[in-house]
Amino acid sequence: MENKVALVTGGSRGIGKEIALGLAKKGANVAITYNSNDSLAQEVVEEIKGLGVKALAIKGDSSIEEDVNNIVAKVEEELGTIDILVNNAGITKDNLIIRMKSEDWDDVLNVNLKGVFLTTKAVVRGMMKKRYGKIINISSVVGVSGNAGQGNYAASKAGLIGFTKSMAKELASRGIRVNAIAPGFIKTDMTDVLKDEIKEELLRNIPLGILGDPKDIANAVNFLASQESDYITGQVINVNGGMI
Amino acid sequence: MLFEKVRDIIAEQLDAEAAEITMETSMMKDLEADSLDAVEIMMALEDEFNVTIPDEDAESFKNIGDIVKYLESKIS
Repeated sequence: MENKVALVTGGSRGIGKEIALGLAKKGANVAITYNSNDSLAQEVVEEIKGLGVKALAIKGDSSIEEDVNNIVAKVEEELGTIDILVNNAGITKDNLIIRMKSEDWDDVLNVNLKGVFLTTKAVVRGMMKKRYGKIINISSVVGVSGNAGQGNYAASKAGLIGFTKSMAKELASRGIRVNAIAPGFIKTDMTDVLKDEIKEELLRNIPLGILGDPKDIANAVNFLASQESDYITGQVINVNGGMI
Repeated sequence: MLFEKVRDIIAEQLDAEAAEITMETSMMKDLEADSLDAVEIMMALEDEFNVTIPDEDAESFKNIGDIVKYLESKIS
């Protein structure tokens, strides 16, 4: 992936950070987007630059069209047209349906699903011209199997799978490969907040008996971003310790 | 000339012979363009002539002549 340009949304922490570092280790120049913590994003940029490639962090809300268009324009201006897009940005606002507020539904769907639509739309133009591109959408095991208390999150991640398969068909004639990765339970800030008894219950449902590491997802992204996976499009790779 | 520029952009996009393209040529019927080709050609024309072509307008084009006339009205 030497000299390829990658954009990783939500790349300042958790799985996104590890994905950004993983691509950089393979020689790609990497731009990350983030929504809140400037210093955290800058730390990731420095870490990526330490690997000998170019790096860039851009603040913005992936559910706002203007922000997304500005982000993509800035990446193209500074690093060149994007070869690899990883739609990773995502949020949770968990609650049981009876208690879930309408805003909690909208916020999660806007970031996790509309954000992917907007970012893909903005990036795909350059890829179409090049007749090549790799789009990797980070879904979730929850989008495949469902989860009590995560109706909004699960719906957004299941929607992402339908979007992935549709884009694979729509863009195949232009050499653009679109796949999804559905991580299981991975050790990040998002899962650290879970109560101990929920974690124990989770582990009982993972045949391998351990939580995943963000690097496990980064490895799958590296494969889908590389030419080694050029005959794969429209697929969902489950990286979940055997859960489904 | 506007026609030549439009013709060349379409020929390049569709890998067609420029000499075969006239004002009466239909991109879809005569040049076998698919819907993505049509979108890409509109994007290329937008870049070349620095105009915005809304989807509703793009859908009304029957042949290359329609595109040329449309661009003439937009540019002047």
